Amino acid sequence: MIWNEPKECMHREEMAHLQGKRLRATVEKVYQNVPFYRKKMQELGLEPGDIRTIQDIQFLPFTTKQDLRDNYPYGLMAVPSSELVRLHASSGTTGKPTVVGYTRKDIEMFAENVARSICCTGGGKDDVVQVAYGYGLFTGGLGLHYGAEKIGAAVVPISGGNTAKQLTLLQDFGSTILACTPSYAMHLAEVLEEKKIDPRSLCLRIGIFGAEPWSTEMKDKIERGLGIKAYDIYGLSEIMGPGVSCGCEEEKGLHVAEDHFYPEIVDPDTLKPMKYGETGELVFTHLTKEAMPLLRYRTRDLTSLENSACDCGRTNVRMNRVKGRSDDMLIIRGVNVFPSQVESVLLNIPETKPHYLLVVERRGTMDTLEIKVEIDENYLSDEINQMNVLRNRICHEVESVLGISVKLTIVEPKTLERTEGKAKRVLDLRKEEEK
Amino acid sequence: MIAKQLTVFLQNEPGRLEELTRVLEQEKINISALSIAETEEYGIVRMIVSHPEQAEEKLKEEHFSVKTTQVIGVEVPDEPGTLHHILKLWAEKGINVEYMYGYSNCGAARLIMKVSDPEKATEILASENLWSTVGWNAKDCIM
Repeated sequence: MIWNEPKECMHREEMAHLQGKRLRATVEKVYQNVPFYRKKMQELGLEPGDIRTIQDIQFLPFTTKQDLRDNYPYGLMAVPSSELVRLHASSGTTGKPTVVGYTRKDIEMFAENVARSICCTGGGKDDVVQVAYGYGLFTGGLGLHYGAEKIGAAVVPISGGNTAKQLTLLQDFGSTILACTPSYAMHLAEVLEEKKIDPRSLCLRIGIFGAEPWSTEMKDKIERGLGIKAYDIYGLSEIMGPGVSCGCEEEKGLHVAEDHFYPEIVDPDTLKPMKYGETGELVFTHLTKEAMPLLRYRTRDLTSLENSACDCGRTNVRMNRVKGRSDDMLIIRGVNVFPSQVESVLLNIPETKPHYLLVVERRGTMDTLEIKVEIDENYLSDEINQMNVLRNRICHEVESVLGISVKLTIVEPKTLERTEGKAKRVLDLRKEEEK
Repeated sequence: MIAKQLTVFLQNEPGRLEELTRVLEQEKINISALSIAETEEYGIVRMIVSHPEQAEEKLKEEHFSVKTTQVIGVEVPDEPGTLHHILKLWAEKGINVEYMYGYSNCGAARLIMKVSDPEKATEILASENLWSTVGWNAKDCIM
């Protein structure tokens, strides 16, 4: 079912008109209330009146994570603190946390968009939604919670972690939808297998996973392991939280709630807008946010946009799965390496598990990449020879995809850290040396 | 005699082997032969124990990566040329030896060997009367 048909299936021209109207209001608002934006616009010789249609967005200044840090904690708020009803903070994966504020209307808008997302995946009021995202400063838990309540589903607010209890509730409460990070879903699938619980004995049918990039191979593995259909939900706290976009049953990308968040793809180096279908950095502009509206916020996520029609009936722009974050991109001996590339290779090798850690070091002037991999226990051998053959084969496959030589290390199964939140896949010791 | 060998895959770091022997100690399981093949990152522990099924189950519970392998346990006279004689017979029949470990004492040599075809290898030994059934009293490890 489509939660908000008038907005999600709006005629393209009508949508552009609505976006233009909302952009004008947002620009006026930040110009009047946020000194940071007034100054930036004045530097560019821009006044609010210069922005007339949604196309004029290209003249507006960009906002970066650093701008949020520089204005920490309340510098970018466009409303007095009496209007705020909630504060969230980003997980601070790469540095100091950044804070975001919400008015009552913003919280309603958040719930509305998560409601759209859950319906997009085929969920509805008859579902039991087990929210295994962390509750707290992270937007995942509360975000899914409010959205699921809004559609009238039953929420199980278990939060992240405590795997044994997660399984008990999946079994006893008959949860039909699981919401968590893909790496935690993978962990749950492994534990099911370990405990010899048949996924078909559960009522689970849908997985709504997000907060970290994951490969299609990982998706297949989770779907088989949990006996569900897995959907990608996208979001970031700076923009709202989960529900900025979400995949539908057609699996042709994630529908963006573009009546609230205007998406653009820009070249990360030149910042020039890119066309539909071209891969670049995803940028969002708030169209309705009250507490902390951001203009052209650079997400660092690399993807592309599609505007072709989707068979599900929704007309809004879709974004493809996030290929990786420009923050996660490692430059090793001049070659760009994404952890997601390694993940794809490992998932295509039956002997390996999708648990891995990339360790980057600098030896003299040379960067080295070590990949620690866990092997499926069933393929462990008592012969060193066989293990070396296996290691060399994995190494060869990884190298052929990455285009650089790597040191591949097989580690004891279940020794790489399992996380309940975002998985840690990279240990860049070069950065630590610089500190 | 074909025996069940436990193979445990361990991270090559201080204390990991101790954690393994602690589990066996708690279960009162005796180790009758042991060898470790090590690499820079991990070690492969191969051992013959008094109660292999119980040991495997318990170690798995404790999150060790364990599997069982068929190996041959033999006791032969502790004399020059005995091993050569065995290997010659096997080589002629195309049996490959992957690895072996053992020791000799008091006139007898005891060896654990992983070969490409354990059934055929033991038949050859038996037909040559090279086989001694004494010495391996750990009945549970007989398959």
